[in-house]
Amino acid sequence: MLKFLIRRLAAMIFTALCITFVVFYLTNLPPNLEKVAKSEAGSRISDEEVQSWLEKNGHAQPLLKRYGEWLGVVPGWTRTDEAGAVTGRCIRPKTDPAEAPHYCGILQGDWGFSTVFREDVSKIIATRLGLTGLLMFWVMVTMVPLSLLIGVLAGMREGSRLDRTLSTFSIASTATPEYVSGVILIVVFASKLVGLQWFKGSANSAMDGLTFENFALPVATIVLYGTGYIARMTRASMTEVMTAQYIRTARLKGVSFASVVVKHALRNALIAPFTVIMLQFPWLLNGVVIVETLFNYKGFGWTLVSAAGNNDIQLLLGCSVVAVLVVLVTQLISDIGYVFLNPRIRIS
Amino acid sequence: MTATNWDPSQPILEIDHLSISFFTRLREIPAVMDFSCKVMAGEAMGLVGESGCGKSTVALAVMRDLGKNGRIVGGTIKFKGRDLTTMSDEELRHIRGKEIAMIYQEPMASLNPAMKIGKQLMEVPMIHEGVSADEARKRALEVVRDVRLPDPERMLNSFPHQLSGGQQQRIVIAMALMSKPSLLILDEPTTALDVTVEAAVVDLVKDLGEKYGTSMLFISHNLGLVLEVCDRLCVMYSGEAVETGSIVDVFNKMQHPYTQALFRSIPLPGADKNARPLIAIPGNFPLPHERPKGCNFGPRCSYFKAGQCDGGDIPMFAVAGDDRHETRCVRVGEIDWAAKPQVKAGAAKTAIGRTVLKMDDVKKYYEVSSGMFGGGLKKVVKANETLSFEAREGETLAIVGESGCGKSTFAKVLMGLETATGGKIMLYDRDIQNTPIEKRSTETVSGVQMVFQNPFDTLNPSMTVGRQIIRALEIFGEGANDAERRDRMLELLDLVKLPRAFADRMPRQLSGGQKQRVGIARAFAGGAKVVVADEPVSALDVSVQAAVTDLLMEIQRKNRTTLLFISHDLSIVRYLSDRVMVMYLGHVVEIGSTDQVFSPPYHPYTEALLSAVPIADTHVTKKHIVLEGEIPSAMNPPPGCPFQTRCRWKSKVPGGLCEKEVPPMRKVADGHEIKCHLPEAELATMEPVIQIAAE
Amino acid sequence: MEPLAWGAILATVLRLFLPVWIALIATYALSIAFKRRLGLYGKLFDSTVGMIGFGFVMFWVFTALFAPMIETRDVLSQISQMKNVVPGTPIPDGSGHYLFGGDNLGRDVFSRMVAGSRIVIQIAPLATMFAFMVGVTLGLPAGYYGGFFDTGLSFLANLVLAFPVILLFYLLVTPEIVQTGLPQYIAVVLFILPLLFLLLLINSRYYVTPGFRNIVIAAVLVIGGWAYLSLVSEADTKIAVLPQALDLIHVPANILIVFVSVVFVNAPTVFRIVRGIVLDIKTRDYVSAAQTRGERPWYIMLWEILPNARGPLIVDFCLRIGYTTILLGTLGFFGLGLSPESPDWGSTINAGRKLLTIAPWPALVPAIALMSLVLGLNLLADGLREESLKD
Repeated sequence: MLKFLIRRLAAMIFTALCITFVVFYLTNLPPNLEKVAKSEAGSRISDEEVQSWLEKNGHAQPLLKRYGEWLGVVPGWTRTDEAGAVTGRCIRPKTDPAEAPHYCGILQGDWGFSTVFREDVSKIIATRLGLTGLLMFWVMVTMVPLSLLIGVLAGMREGSRLDRTLSTFSIASTATPEYVSGVILIVVFASKLVGLQWFKGSANSAMDGLTFENFALPVATIVLYGTGYIARMTRASMTEVMTAQYIRTARLKGVSFASVVVKHALRNALIAPFTVIMLQFPWLLNGVVIVETLFNYKGFGWTLVSAAGNNDIQLLLGCSVVAVLVVLVTQLISDIGYVFLNPRIRIS
Repeated sequence: MTATNWDPSQPILEIDHLSISFFTRLREIPAVMDFSCKVMAGEAMGLVGESGCGKSTVALAVMRDLGKNGRIVGGTIKFKGRDLTTMSDEELRHIRGKEIAMIYQEPMASLNPAMKIGKQLMEVPMIHEGVSADEARKRALEVVRDVRLPDPERMLNSFPHQLSGGQQQRIVIAMALMSKPSLLILDEPTTALDVTVEAAVVDLVKDLGEKYGTSMLFISHNLGLVLEVCDRLCVMYSGEAVETGSIVDVFNKMQHPYTQALFRSIPLPGADKNARPLIAIPGNFPLPHERPKGCNFGPRCSYFKAGQCDGGDIPMFAVAGDDRHETRCVRVGEIDWAAKPQVKAGAAKTAIGRTVLKMDDVKKYYEVSSGMFGGGLKKVVKANETLSFEAREGETLAIVGESGCGKSTFAKVLMGLETATGGKIMLYDRDIQNTPIEKRSTETVSGVQMVFQNPFDTLNPSMTVGRQIIRALEIFGEGANDAERRDRMLELLDLVKLPRAFADRMPRQLSGGQKQRVGIARAFAGGAKVVVADEPVSALDVSVQAAVTDLLMEIQRKNRTTLLFISHDLSIVRYLSDRVMVMYLGHVVEIGSTDQVFSPPYHPYTEALLSAVPIADTHVTKKHIVLEGEIPSAMNPPPGCPFQTRCRWKSKVPGGLCEKEVPPMRKVADGHEIKCHLPEAELATMEPVIQIAAE
Repeated sequence: MEPLAWGAILATVLRLFLPVWIALIATYALSIAFKRRLGLYGKLFDSTVGMIGFGFVMFWVFTALFAPMIETRDVLSQISQMKNVVPGTPIPDGSGHYLFGGDNLGRDVFSRMVAGSRIVIQIAPLATMFAFMVGVTLGLPAGYYGGFFDTGLSFLANLVLAFPVILLFYLLVTPEIVQTGLPQYIAVVLFILPLLFLLLLINSRYYVTPGFRNIVIAAVLVIGGWAYLSLVSEADTKIAVLPQALDLIHVPANILIVFVSVVFVNAPTVFRIVRGIVLDIKTRDYVSAAQTRGERPWYIMLWEILPNARGPLIVDFCLRIGYTTILLGTLGFFGLGLSPESPDWGSTINAGRKLLTIAPWPALVPAIALMSLVLGLNLLADGLREESLKD
């Protein structure tokens, strides 16, 4: 088991390195850097000026070295200009260059500085992630039990009226992406058109204080899309289990239908959806970005969008690292959880 | 609560004119028609028939578990005098598991993979008798001990996948016995098990039936097994019972053409491929919606008389003088049942030619990493160890063994799908042990071909039959152009006795036997010199087996092919092979001519194997040898002789030699070799396992 | 002119869709009449769910096909008085009505919805097909051979799957990336795979009859090669291999990048599905039979394994077109790739969402259109799955 964990972790770290490198490469393409130079040093500067700005700020070094610096495994660049002033990656303005550390990358906790928000990237991400965590929490709390219940009820008796109704609902739900359901929900529950106006069409106020009124629609929007998928997986798994021979054995042992479902079928049926639920996290990220944009809720997704839209390289890199880590950690948890849920693998 | 007003002298189960249908979108499919049978207390009733005859449907109807589409459309099923067909779900629940218990074919699938065995067993008395968990556990321990499983405490704490197939089936039996039911339904309980394990399970079922006084409904396609377990039997054909009676009456004085044809098509001791060939039943099993009018067996029956047999529904007729012996044949009085079958002229024994294939000390080892999560220790699995034999032109060499004996690996190495770890394989004068298939010449490849086991898997489902044979011809370089190859393909269809129209059919339109014929045609497309037949008939129905076997023999005779016949079924091996090679855990333990292997001295494993094979002949007496334990895993073979863990002769070898050294191959007669440490004197004391009483 | 009431709007819309109705009725009549001879497609008409799904899908397919006949207005022309008007408002010059209202720039929502179907119906199935080609070409050998090849490819697939889709889009679908020519390089690699696939398919089967094989291969090479080159080559970019005269297929760079990124996101999943199916099918006896008669690996993969994997692949194909449609919408929603005035559904939702509480029509109409198409595809897949499992 320990060996398995170590191997998984190693693979995970390697994946993280690969992905961050790709992101680093894509965000540090020459046109992007040029844009940064223009926004920092004035938009009408000449090509030579751009070049010299890039050199001055360490962007002209080889890609791998820059990646290493950003990661924190290669010492940050330093540079002494004609006036003798020392600048460098790790040297903050108006501090003594001698006291500055040699390494300052992600690994040292130095995530860089956002050019748009004029704040430390780590600080931005921490607050934004907190807001998104809140959203995710409510989504999970609603979505998981709801979808499992739908899936189990539908799969319990394949082909029954209940099954058909719930399955149709699931299919419809998977066909409604967040930007569609969000629009429809806002129109129905928040616009003057239908006149219900039960909820708010914006979650801006939710950042200061959560209320049912301002948070119901964003949560419902994400839940609506995710539920169908998990419910369908659960249903498929449940119908398969319900036709298994050991279920017949249980039934012919005289076990009542309710007990067959709860005691014999449920655990076996939930093994497959568990993985699906864990793998939903990265997928939820999509939904979060869309919903936060749609409802103007300034969480992690909203930050990612504005970082990407404004060419805020450091912030975008930071967001990517977090996003990738979330994905990888959930994959790891799903692997381990799968092993624990499934005795066939656990004891061998 | 139910047994109060039931008189034990009355039948425990009485099925009366039962009809069951399945309803599909297109039509109603009658699965069982007018089925009647009685099971008395303590009696074991056998239900025999080929797949699709409705025997399992009857069992499920008794359990009232026919699924969504199945419905009982007529008749009654009385259990202890109460009609099951009209019972409510709640009443049924009290009977299921408590009064009637069921055991199925696949033990692994019958157990909940995520629940400990103890809990699954304890559940039964806790539901039905409301006993406490402690009491239930005590009872579970007792029953697990009764089914002769070692270390019951540990068993109860295990998950199903930690047990071997034989152990799982014992647990399923234990579970069925937890509430001491009065009727036990066994649906092909041993089909998924190896022969020696099957023998032990059958033995157990018989003993427990007596000990608990349970009545049994035993469903099987194997007449031999039924003979061993049951007191009475009922033969089914195409949804109907065609003959029912006591074992002795039906086996010795059969009164229905189908029963007779069935017995004539199975290889009993005494049958011989040249002198007394099997008589295959002509034609095919009718599909449920294409049943003929009148007698269902009519179109395939040699006693068929138009007007009489196809007139209308035929009832069961009682056979005078016998105990409850009935038959569904209108001509029962007119047929001379004792007449010997007309044997078609026996073919001459094929002359054995020069050596075609020679294996010399072939070894095949695999490296596997142990442990689920990988990265563990590398382990060497010795799939084949010192394999040596010769096969000659026109000869049939049978390779016999149970799962894990290494016969499939041997086939792979011979075909070139794997290369040998050591030793030599000579095809004529060519070394082929190190040549993988892609490096072999077309001639070598087409010269060594294979017939596969599973007819439903052997043909590509999305390509027409003709196209598949033509493809083989293309690859083997037969025929100069497409037209020639098409002609050759049609000839091959003739060869395997399939109508030429089949060339344009898709595999799903063919029956199992027909698919197997196409497989044979494909194997012989390039004029194969050596054909490996990997259990070619074991997945087919009894009545089709004979026809396919005969076909294989006929083509072999015509082409003078060397046939390597892999099988676990000793009856068929005895019938068709010239020489036999017995394998166990990768070792050849005995090799010799068929007569030599089937008579003493035996290797102890061969002896046990012979005793384990059920034989459907009341005149045969067998020595009762039950092997303890399971076949060891090839991953973890025992030290010394591979068979020493289960050998009943081990104590006769001095000095514990069996546990220390692998015995050498010893010549006991000309062409007869045995891998055993037993001294000559002990070997000489061995008695024949099978004895046929004079008729 | 009078504003139209709801009933009148509905009647007008139904009348405008007349060509679609005729085509739909013809399709259904023919299909049901011959359903027993049409294989899996015919069986679809035994399933109510499948038929409903197929109906939705074909509705949009025909709408895309007949779009010029259905549209009432030019999709880009703006009328300033018609900004955010309600459905049924007459156009000031008396030339008709804005059936589904006007958007924030005073364009006709109805016509834009109809025109938008064209973009979706063109890109989504094609992109899905390419994703399948890529996934199949790589998934087959990965599952069949196993070993390092499999490990490597699976790692790559997982790598792409671990990328949050939105992030990938934001990184790939930008003008800066287009400038670097990166999407074209990816396209060069991605688009060669279908050609490779076709060549392998032909060669593995006909290599036993070389004469015939050579002719077919040559034909495919010429036609396929030209199509490939003209697809990837674009004048005034870094890859301009074909002379202008021969380069007949023009794909604007921003469409290409959308296409490539959608293929890129879908292919790894297809790869995993194919690999899983191959692992299952390669243990069958007919595969062993092919091996023992000395067939080459690619023949076994393409002619013995692939045809028998078609059931689950067709079902997944339908689902994946739906997913691709959603992805395209997502791209539009974030204003990536396609130009802002493009009438595709994602972009129109994006444009309309800002005024949602005041003027819901511009966003609601394309949202419902997109939903109905995806729903149709999902239902279709469900029906196909159910029917392919029967018998």
